[in-house]
Amino acid sequence: MTTAPAGAPQRRETSPRPTDRPTAPRGRRPMTAGRRANRAGLAFVSPTFIVVLVVVVLPIAWTVLLAFQRAKLVDIQGMGLFGNWSLDNFAQVFDSAGFWSSLTTTLLYTAGATLGSVALGLVAALALRKPFHGRGLLRAAMLLPYVAPVVAVAFVWEVALSPQYGVVNDWGRHLFGWDDPIAFLSTREYEVHLLGMHVDIPLALLTVIAFECWRYFPFAFLFILARLQAVPDGLEEAALVDGATVSQRFRHILLPQLMPVIALLCVLRFIMTFNKFDDVYLLTGGGAGTNVAAVRVYDFLTARYDVGAAAAQALVLAAALMILLGFYFKLFGNKVQEES
Amino acid sequence: MTRKAALTRAHVEERIFGVLRWCVIAFLAVITLLPFYYMLLLSVKPIDALLLDPGSLLISAKDFTLATYRDVLRSTDDGGQGFLRFLLNSALVSLGTVALTLLAAVPGAYAVSRLKFFGHRQVSALFLAVYLFPATLLAVPLFVVFAKMGLSSSLVGLAIVYVAQTVPVSIYMLKNYLVTIPASIEEAAALDGCTRLQTVRKVILPLTLPSLMATGLYVFMIAWNEFLFALLFLAAVPGKWTVSLGLAQLSNGIEVPKTVLMAGSVVLTIPVVLLFFAAERLLTEGLTSGADKS
Repeated sequence: MTTAPAGAPQRRETSPRPTDRPTAPRGRRPMTAGRRANRAGLAFVSPTFIVVLVVVVLPIAWTVLLAFQRAKLVDIQGMGLFGNWSLDNFAQVFDSAGFWSSLTTTLLYTAGATLGSVALGLVAALALRKPFHGRGLLRAAMLLPYVAPVVAVAFVWEVALSPQYGVVNDWGRHLFGWDDPIAFLSTREYEVHLLGMHVDIPLALLTVIAFECWRYFPFAFLFILARLQAVPDGLEEAALVDGATVSQRFRHILLPQLMPVIALLCVLRFIMTFNKFDDVYLLTGGGAGTNVAAVRVYDFLTARYDVGAAAAQALVLAAALMILLGFYFKLFGNKVQEES
Repeated sequence: MTRKAALTRAHVEERIFGVLRWCVIAFLAVITLLPFYYMLLLSVKPIDALLLDPGSLLISAKDFTLATYRDVLRSTDDGGQGFLRFLLNSALVSLGTVALTLLAAVPGAYAVSRLKFFGHRQVSALFLAVYLFPATLLAVPLFVVFAKMGLSSSLVGLAIVYVAQTVPVSIYMLKNYLVTIPASIEEAAALDGCTRLQTVRKVILPLTLPSLMATGLYVFMIAWNEFLFALLFLAAVPGKWTVSLGLAQLSNGIEVPKTVLMAGSVVLTIPVVLLFFAAERLLTEGLTSGADKS
């Protein structure tokens, strides 16, 4: 790391200070400021780069290899890096019961949770925009769901929603007159009578989506609030003078300003939720119509010790995500680019 | 006429949204605070009181008990659940992760934000792209490698995995802060004869302290709260469980009263919430800096 010579102000290659200016090339070392910065940069970045390479890039590369091999955990010990290639794992993944339904579930779950958390975050940011007594405290408290350990909050939800001893069902029966307790986390389809119609709603899935919205709206809230506070006052004042109403000001002044950060949040939340494992696993274990793909990867890995199939499933998941992101950037690329 | 109409519409909207705003604020306060209050409440209730009246959100003085905490914290030899041990494990893993992550992320963030070197665009893109890869994708090979190396049930192995999860975000957070430090400060240090390493250590690091703390806190939170990898690597060795894992296993195991489970949840939540409240402003600014420029 010390290969970099005495630090030169490398950010100004175009106008090096007199002391740094390469004098007539003596010997074979005409160290320009640019070259020095280059060397220092490489030296500084290499530890990080190596860490990322070893713990992230190489494992991912190996997943790709594993996905194309027959690999049970017991065989791995003696297996070379390049065993027998086959597409069996993918065939197994695509053929296995519930693959497509799990992909659909994942999509519904991700879309619902992403839109829900960003929308709630937006509403929260708008409500907390103007100062009021106790705002700082509430703002801090509102981050609790995001900060608290997932295991702890998942249990609280589980207990609160429990049909036997949960507070939600108890209150539901007393306040809303529910006849039977509702098993929120283990009911695949809940029949609702609405105006004489019978509709089946995927209750467990909706519950885990609600959980995800609740847990991650603070994240969206933080970013949107930060952006809101950077909106110049003059814009809104001008609109106010022109007689624009609250909703008009939001629609025509604030929303365009917020759009880039909202788009970015949607992408980030989508990616994160798409791969989410622990929330669903802890709440329902993947049962009752909530078998998202990430939980399937875990099942392949731990229930059957089928490393190859798990890798293939993870890879399919990643590929699906890439394709979706590809579409997204094709459609809205400019907005997100602006932001990042 | 139209002006008057517009004015009244503005007036009506002002009213509606004014009321709506307070409804939203109340709603948010309820949904964020109530679950945590509920957790705390159940943790100090005997299980009978809960079963008798599940809807009660209050506790009477005669019901109040701390036996649940005694049960959760006491070591397994004494018939408890051994959460003190788990707390220690979690603390070790989390602090180790913070140290390792900062060690790896600081030079990288500095290089990416300050130095123009060959491939610096690609490298920062790579760091961000890594952030987008699913944990499940990493879980498979790491599971195998660790099984092979015998690291699969060690806290060190777990910390290494967490570093992989946190380095990209850390670089991003630190980088956003570093670019706000004027380069002229470094130039002055260079003129005073500091080498670049000295400049970083003596000038940049002290200036970056707020961001370092925010990043460290964030990393700590991630490591403390993590569940998937702890479950994959440590499930077989109860002595090495982190609090998250311990709590999850507790709920799966032999019938444990829900109130004890809630006491475990409180124990798991308190350290991270305390840390968070101590440095809330720092963290939120560290996370969102860079979000407000468009």
